[in-house]
This record gives sequence, structure tokens and C-alpha cells, in this order.
Amino acid sequence: MVYLSDLNKGDKATILGFEADRCKDIEFARDLEDRLLEIGFEEGLEVKILHEGPISRDPIAVRIGQMTVALRRMEADAVKISNGKI
Amino acid sequence: MSDASSETSPIPNKDIKIALVGSPNCGKSSLFNTLTGSHQKVANYPGVTVERRSGNYTTENDQNIILIDLPGIYSLKDRTLDERVSRQVITGVHKSESRPDLLLCVADSTNLRVHLRLVLELKHLGLPVILALNMQDMAERDGIKIDPKILSEELGIPVVPTIAVRRGSLDKLKAALTQSITNLIPPKDAVQAPTTRELQKQARELAAKALVSEGTHHKITRQLDKVLLHPFLGIIIFFITLFGMFQLVYFWAEAPMTLIESGFHALQELLTNILPDNWFRSLLVHGIIAGVGSVLVFLPQILILFSFILILEATGYMARAAFIMDRLMAMVGLNGRAFIPLMSSFACAIPGIMATRTIEHRRDRLTTIMIAPLMTCSARIPVYALLIGAVVPNNPVIFGLFGLQGVVLFGLYLVGIISALIVAAVLKMTLTRGVAQPFLMELPKYQLPVLKHLLINLWERARIFLKRAGTIILYSAIGLWALAQYPKKPLGATEPDIYYSFAGTMGRYLQHIFEPLGFNWEMSIALIPGMAAREVAIGALGTVYALQGSEEQIEQGMRAVIQNSWSLPTAFAFLAWYVFAPQCFATLATVRRETNSWNWTIFMTGYLFALAYIAALVVNKTAIFLLG
Repeated sequence: MVYLSDLNKGDKATILGFEADRCKDIEFARDLEDRLLEIGFEEGLEVKILHEGPISRDPIAVRIGQMTVALRRMEADAVKISNGKI
Repeated sequence: MSDASSETSPIPNKDIKIALVGSPNCGKSSLFNTLTGSHQKVANYPGVTVERRSGNYTTENDQNIILIDLPGIYSLKDRTLDERVSRQVITGVHKSESRPDLLLCVADSTNLRVHLRLVLELKHLGLPVILALNMQDMAERDGIKIDPKILSEELGIPVVPTIAVRRGSLDKLKAALTQSITNLIPPKDAVQAPTTRELQKQARELAAKALVSEGTHHKITRQLDKVLLHPFLGIIIFFITLFGMFQLVYFWAEAPMTLIESGFHALQELLTNILPDNWFRSLLVHGIIAGVGSVLVFLPQILILFSFILILEATGYMARAAFIMDRLMAMVGLNGRAFIPLMSSFACAIPGIMATRTIEHRRDRLTTIMIAPLMTCSARIPVYALLIGAVVPNNPVIFGLFGLQGVVLFGLYLVGIISALIVAAVLKMTLTRGVAQPFLMELPKYQLPVLKHLLINLWERARIFLKRAGTIILYSAIGLWALAQYPKKPLGATEPDIYYSFAGTMGRYLQHIFEPLGFNWEMSIALIPGMAAREVAIGALGTVYALQGSEEQIEQGMRAVIQNSWSLPTAFAFLAWYVFAPQCFATLATVRRETNSWNWTIFMTGYLFALAYIAALVVNKTAIFLLG
């Protein structure tokens, strides 16, 4: 399975779903899926990694639809994406 | 402008109350600013740190409208404080805020799908809703076309396109508001909204129907981000921006600061000349003017710093700065957004602490506030400069590139920063421990700031600072003056006046506590009036050592005193003390206001004094050991 956190700058993929329980911190994971949905992540949408942070390539900035969203790789780890990179 | 009591009173008044709701970055605050102009005020909801922004405007048929700008939220669950307060206000269960008559929901036209979800959720809360499709101009530029008619029919509410930054574009919105007000539907009880996922599905279908043309990703933003978020260029631009900002804060503030200073000096001289020499003149000249003046002199720095912060915020660069710094700040458990407030604290902790409002999560914000006073503010510079100048020889070091004095000064800054990071890490493991907060945030489109909105916000910050100068700082200045003046010197006594005063008595008592640090009674006494602001301690030392003359003469005198009668370990311990000690009432008052908690204020004061004491003790003992 491939997750948003595995992608590199310039990669594109389609969102398949969310697996917030991949986070070690259960409390943190509980709201993560809702938060991801609320900010605009959604199954079927295309994402593209636009930028990576200067240290450890973290956080990342991704394009979803018309917007740019910044998130840490730890959070991107909960976003399941299509296997074949587009 | 109506005051809080009339809004919250149970007596029905004919003012109509409209609450503005919307997700972050929808231009809600711009819309609020354009609608209300300068008729607005900012406070906190009682007991919490959620900002309550209210204002008013009058419709053509003379109906007064009270606008409440609710915090920017993505949904109305009970997760964050912002969400809770918004939900309480909208459903009418908030303790101090009466239920609004109407909701004005603001949505970003360029991101319809996401923003419609909130609209759908709001419709379940029992209040009539009007939707403003904001950023119409940007949507057009990006080729996005929305049919407001379809949206209005599907949602069953009025939908009006707006450009919040342009007053003229709001006529239709005002007309729609007036119309809704004249046939106001009475509020109903809130009903349970469907799940986020279900709402999102509905929003997507709705957006698909209403979107005539999808458009493209904002081009200017895309191109600017390529440079500003570039892994190498981005950092360089970020630090150049910061460096430039601080250069200008000091450079531009210099002239007005000198002006304020000389203004207060002139006033002091004038009063000294025209008033008879009695307690009242002393209170005015040495108490009020000296005390309040020593704090007000920082107003230019604070205003310039805030102008920059507001511009960074309004243009959308602040979110990028957070992106660039996030990884670094995450190492001590903080969020990227904490960086700018902490940087600002190098000029003055007050704007820094006030700037933490951009940090969404309460625990992160508290941690940032707690460590902000450890950043070396400009009021410490006079103290550092005097002591370093007196005890550190300016020998060339590091291959003759730097002077030793400069290296020591840099070291003091560094000690402050490192301590702040350690304290932050410790706090995050103890008092502010909790569920980690996601960094997840939208990087808004770049926008040109609107001068009028900047000025409104700047005035708001200035007003808060001035109000504090007129209240708590004024009282503490009078209090400190009284402590230093009374009781009067007995006849025939030989020590300076202050020795016999309350401050003197306290100082001599404190001397026992400070003795292990190597502080003498003169220093202990000076610390008391020095609570007004750090640099006041120099003037106070001058008083204790009975030095006379102009400021420069006093400084020269002090240098001689320090060189002759302070030992080196004592001087170094005094420096160490000033790295940590919260010797500034204005900062403490700001912390009290921004945290809305005496406990946190007392905690901060306590831990900083404790650190100051320990640091000074260690420095003093180590220096004695090393120097023999």
C-alpha cells in the first residue's frame, strides 16, 4: 500500500482513503481523519506534492483541487493513495 | 458603538445581531473590516482566550446592525475552543453572548467544495443563513465561474457574490441582509448535522452543480511559491526578510524613540521648573512620567514590528514562514507558527506575546507565551551594554575578527534562546502536555494587503498597549515611586534617600536572599524600581549610588562604580540575572491578558525568577572558583 507520505516532490496520485490508525498516538489519530476531510482531502481527488520543507523534506505542501495544503509527513501517513503514480 | 452590556442584556433591543461565520482564509475578517470600518472592538470571551471581535453598521433604513466576527473554523464540533465558542454562540447557549438573529456565512469562491461543507453544517443550527461568495475577483481571474442562482435554489438561502476588500461590491450583500432582516425568521432549535463525510458528499455534488467553469490553480501563488518555498532560496529569502524587518524596526524606531524620550525629559524639566518642590512634583516627575515614559518609549518599535507582522499575515507569507520553520520548531514540540512571535520578542516581548494569536492551538500558544520573555528584548540592551562595557575588556578574539564584548553580548542572546528551547521542551513534556496537534493548514493565496484594514488592526494593537500604559503600568509606576520615596530620610542620616524608604528596607531584606549571588544592597534595592522596565534599573542604581547629572554622566559614573566596587563574579551574576528575570510589569500584564489566567502569569513570573536566581548563583560561584 502507498501513502501520501511516501511521495516525493512533483509526484501525483489519487486519494483512495484514510487510515488514521496508522499513527502511533491514538488520541491524535482520532480527529485526524475528520480534520483531513474538513480541510479538503477527499477520496477520488488528485493530489500533487508541490513543495517539501527544507529540513528532512518535512513538512510537505500538496495541491488538492484549487488549494494548497501544508501538512507533516506524519499526518500524510494517514492518507492512502493510488499505487500507480500518475 | 454599543457596549457589551447592552448586547448581553436580556431586555430585547431593536438592534439586529449578525454573526459572521467561515473557514480560515475565506476573507471573513476583510469583509468584517469593510462592513464595520473603524467601528469595532476586540476583547476576549470571558474565561477563554477566544477573541471576540464585534462592530456595527447602519442600514439605509436606519437599522443598527451588530456584527460579531466568530473565529475562523472548519466545522462546528467540540474539538477546539474556537469551535466550541462558535457553536455555543450560534445555538444560543453561550453564557455572555446572546444568540444572533442571522448568520452571514462567508465562503471562498475559489474553493467552493470545501467551504460549502460548512454552509451545509450551519444550516442545521436553526438560524437563517445568508451566503457570501467571497473573493469573486480572484475566482474570475482563475477562470472559476459559479452560478449563484443554482446555489441559492439548492441551498434555499440567499447567495451573494462579494469582493470583501472592495466596499462598492458589498451593496448587493447589504441589500440582501436588509431584506432578510425585514422578514426575519424566528430562530429554531439546532438539529444534529450528518457526519463530516456525508456533508462532504453533499457539498461536492452541490459544487459540481453550481460550478459553471472549474478554473485553474491560482497562477501568481503557484509561481511565487516556487521561489518562496524553494528548499534553498526560500530559506534565504525568509532570513533576509527577518533580518530586514529587524534592521528597520531598530532603524525606523530610533528617531521617534529619541523624540518620545526627549519629550518626556522636556516635560519633566518643565514641571520641575514650574511646580513647587513637594511630594506632588516628585510623584509627577519621578513617578508617573519617568515610569510610564520608560515603557511608552517602546511604542514606535512595537508599532513598526506589528506593521510587518500584519503585512506578513495579510499577504499570506506568514503561513509560508510557518512551513519553512515547522521542522525546526517541531524538535522542541512547537508549531512552525511559533517562530515569528518568538522572533518579535527580540524587539519586545509584548508584541511577541500578542502575535501568538496566530497560533491556533491553545497549548502550543501557551508554551510560546511562556518562553517569549527569554528572547533578549531591546530593554535589556542598555543593561547589557553598561555591564559589558564596564567589566569585559574589548580584546580582539577569534583571529581578531570580533571584539570580546560583542562575543559576550552574542553569548547572552544565545543563552536566552537555548534556555527558551529547553523550557519549551520541558513544558511540552509536563504542564502543556497533551495530544499532539496536527500542523495541517491551508497555504492561502497571496494577496495584496489593504492599507485601511492594516491601519485598523494596527490601531487596535496600539490601543491595547496604550490602555495598559494608562492603567496597570501607571499604577505600578506610582506604586514603585511610593516605595522608593517613603518613608523619608531621617535627619542627619548619611546614606542616600532611597536607603531609608520601603524599597530600601525591602532591598536590604532582599540582600540576604541575593547575597549568595554576590549582589550588594545597592543592587538589591535597584531591582525593585527596575520592575517597571529592565533599563530603569540603571537609573535606579544611579539613584542608589547618589550619582547626579545627565543620563550620560550617570552612565559614566555607573561604569566607574561597577569597575571599582563590584567584583567580577558579582557583575557577571547580575548579567546572568538579567538574561532570565521577568523585570517588566508591562510584559506580565500582557501575559495576564493574553492567557486570561492568573495561574499562568504567576507560574511564568515564578519560573523566570527561579531560573534567574539559579543562573546568577551558578555564575557567581563558578566565577569565584575560577578567578580564585
